[in-house]
Amino acid sequence: MDNRQKEIDNLKDYKYGFTTDIENTRAPKGLNEDVIKFISNIKKEPQWMLDFRLKAFERFKQLKEPSWQKPKYPKINYQDLYYYSAPKSMKDKPTNLDDLDPKLLETYKKLGIPLQEQKRLNGIAVDAVFDSVSVATTFREELTKQGIIFCPISEAIQNHPELVKKYLGSVIPLTDHFFATLNSAVFTDGSFAYIPEGVRCPMELSTYFRINASNTGQFERTLIVADKGSYVSYLEGCTAPMRDENQLHAANVELVALDDAEIKYSTVQNWYPGDKDGKGGIYNFVTKRGLCKGKNSKISWTQVETGSAITWKYPSCILKGDNSVGEFYSIAITNNHQKADTGTKMIHLGKNTKSKIISKGISAGFSDMTYRGLVDISSKATNSNNYTQCDSLLMGNKCGAHTVPYIKNKNSESNIAHEATTSKISEEQLHYCQQRGLSAEEAVGLIVNGFCKEVLQQLPMEFAVEAQKLVGISLEGSVG
Amino acid sequence: MKEQLQKDFDNTIKNLTLSQKDIEIKKFYLDNFINKGFPNRKEEDWKFSDLNQIIKKNIGELSFYSDYASTNKVDTSVFVDGLEHNKIVFINGRIEKIDFDYEKKDQIEIIDQSETINKFNNNSSLSDLNSAFTNKSFKIVVKEDYQLTKPLIIYHTTNSKIWSKNINLRLNFELYENSSLRLIDLFRDTSEKNFLNIFYNFDLKENSVLKNYKLDKFENKNIKYSFNNIEQDKNSISETFILSSGSNFFKNEINCNLKGEYSSAFVNGIFSINSNKLHEIRTIINHLTENTKSYQLIKSVLEDSSRAVYQGKIFVNSKAQKTDGYQLSKAILLNKDSEFNAKPELEIYADDVKCSHGSASGSLNEDSIFYLMSRGLNYQQSRELLINGFLLDVVEKITDPEVKNLIKNMIGIKE
Repeated sequence: MDNRQKEIDNLKDYKYGFTTDIENTRAPKGLNEDVIKFISNIKKEPQWMLDFRLKAFERFKQLKEPSWQKPKYPKINYQDLYYYSAPKSMKDKPTNLDDLDPKLLETYKKLGIPLQEQKRLNGIAVDAVFDSVSVATTFREELTKQGIIFCPISEAIQNHPELVKKYLGSVIPLTDHFFATLNSAVFTDGSFAYIPEGVRCPMELSTYFRINASNTGQFERTLIVADKGSYVSYLEGCTAPMRDENQLHAANVELVALDDAEIKYSTVQNWYPGDKDGKGGIYNFVTKRGLCKGKNSKISWTQVETGSAITWKYPSCILKGDNSVGEFYSIAITNNHQKADTGTKMIHLGKNTKSKIISKGISAGFSDMTYRGLVDISSKATNSNNYTQCDSLLMGNKCGAHTVPYIKNKNSESNIAHEATTSKISEEQLHYCQQRGLSAEEAVGLIVNGFCKEVLQQLPMEFAVEAQKLVGISLEGSVG
Repeated sequence: MKEQLQKDFDNTIKNLTLSQKDIEIKKFYLDNFINKGFPNRKEEDWKFSDLNQIIKKNIGELSFYSDYASTNKVDTSVFVDGLEHNKIVFINGRIEKIDFDYEKKDQIEIIDQSETINKFNNNSSLSDLNSAFTNKSFKIVVKEDYQLTKPLIIYHTTNSKIWSKNINLRLNFELYENSSLRLIDLFRDTSEKNFLNIFYNFDLKENSVLKNYKLDKFENKNIKYSFNNIEQDKNSISETFILSSGSNFFKNEINCNLKGEYSSAFVNGIFSINSNKLHEIRTIINHLTENTKSYQLIKSVLEDSSRAVYQGKIFVNSKAQKTDGYQLSKAILLNKDSEFNAKPELEIYADDVKCSHGSASGSLNEDSIFYLMSRGLNYQQSRELLINGFLLDVVEKITDPEVKNLIKNMIGIKE
């Protein structure tokens, strides 16, 4: 009991709020062609990549910032941001972990990702992204043996151009929408993973994102391709220092699953949420989309969203291959002045496609939470099925919980079922727990964990423990 | 369209005796409408049914002026048999008859509001259009403690005299304390290609009860839009039933403000449509105070390449603790070209609430058909039995036995 209390006290405030004092190389402030050329140049990118970026930038200039979302935010001045920031020591990329700036290693140690030790432990392969660049990738040799490519996307552009060329922008096209197009123009780094035919990836692949420099936006790009009959489970974690200003994070994540392949993508998002009065925090405007391209393929999204001042994302599945499966499991927790507008899109195009959506939203304090989702069964997607369940839990009458599902069924042989409930923690449940000796706060923690269980179960073990703790911490102080 | 609107507007004004100020107000609404035009896909509320396109495709050029000088003969054959009732008869948008024969005369007041402009609490372009062009509008007041003995049927009839016309109707109802009204809107059309734009406003005082049944059963090629605004005080009850079936396009909107404690609203609806019709129901239930309740049930049976849309929203503000809100929509798609779209929405700012919605769509259950066929029914019979049972569920929600029977006969549901 005492230990647990201590742990909670330790974590009470945002424990990842420190900054690392490290020298940075930055692109000049602002967004223009020169900056894009600068980024492309510093990454030593081939011409086709620069063309890709410039094309996106041309398109970006014509696009308008969307405004239909529920959480409103003050206008972002896109000219007042740095689009590239990297630790100076990264200029000449270190070839192995021992050459890495000790300060960086220290940072990741503080974050609970000791890159050095990871080498020895047989666990997870990590790609660590610090501001705009990927600083370290572990376990590379082991993965290479199996033919798995797991590296920063900037390296993949140089070493595996044929794969990147083929799949980059194939799920999220250049012209998609404002933030995705911006990302296509200025993305700096991210992870790339390719699982060859028939290979079952022996360990969890993981990326850890860290925003450190102030006034920067982080635009990372992740591309995962699972070739025929392969399987991969991918984890993503994120933190940022405490700052008074809002920082923009606009990532693109593309998944491609070919015949019989399966991709499992888990996120524990814990960006800095801003302080108690809603000052500062990250704007998390992310585009995540998976394409079930082949037959019998499967993509499953699991997300635990506890951080960010504003979370605005809809991890989606395009079920193009026959018999493909899309899944979406989500827990979103907002406290204080946080806002979230999240959900998913399931686009059924192939025959016998199935999708499942389980979304749990918890709002406390002055926060506002929206589930927004789309289930679209096209006229050709015969014999398809969708099941959606979205539950919201409210704590206090200063917060809001909203559900906005769009349900489109154009096929008479397909079924859609949707359920949603909104309620508070029932007095009876609380009473029952308290009667058995739990304090009010513990009781709420227990009930909330039960409420989220369906989703937490989907996470890989290492993450599930962290996520469970995170759920408890995020709601700290919202009871009573 | 602008010149047409202006010309028709001038003609309409000529026939009314309005003060300069009222004309100005009407002009203001006209200008508003000219600016906005018919709602289109870009507006969230019309995302699934683009009225601008629908009018263009089905009607083409609309004219907005109707000559109400001459009377129309009331065709008594359209009247409902076997149910004694009070009547209001609209023919081509002109009120031909108001008749409360079964009621105490001093308990019901009919106020002609044609020459007063009353603002409608809705700033859509269709309400602007309505405000600019309504010709006659009445307010019907049911006095304190009076319960109408017979239902009131409003006949919305149109005949072939009109073509490509826009008709705007408006009625206001006020139900005083402890009063009750049963109101049936019956649509009978022998005309084609007209656009009816109907606005009702209901004001329900304490303990009053309103039951409104909207029956669009008979095949016709008109386009209809109807908006009900219902304001509810303490303990009042509103029950709305919509049978959406006959018209080429019909969008019913219900906006209900539960302002008094213990007030409740019920909305039940059936879509039973075929060919390439597009029908929509959109409800907004605003829970504005404690202990209010709402219940909605919408079922659809869609044949051929018909499309149905249900947009339902439950809004609960932070004061409305102990709210109970429920919403369910179910659809059966009978043809591969039919389509069902739903947007059930919850917007909740209070924590001690119980709100839920459910939505399901799919095909007829083949197992059930097999079961029935194994008991000796043929395929067609089994199908009908299942569909009847599916729809009966909604009809059974009607609390008035007389009207329930009327509606059952109308859609041919036998028990």
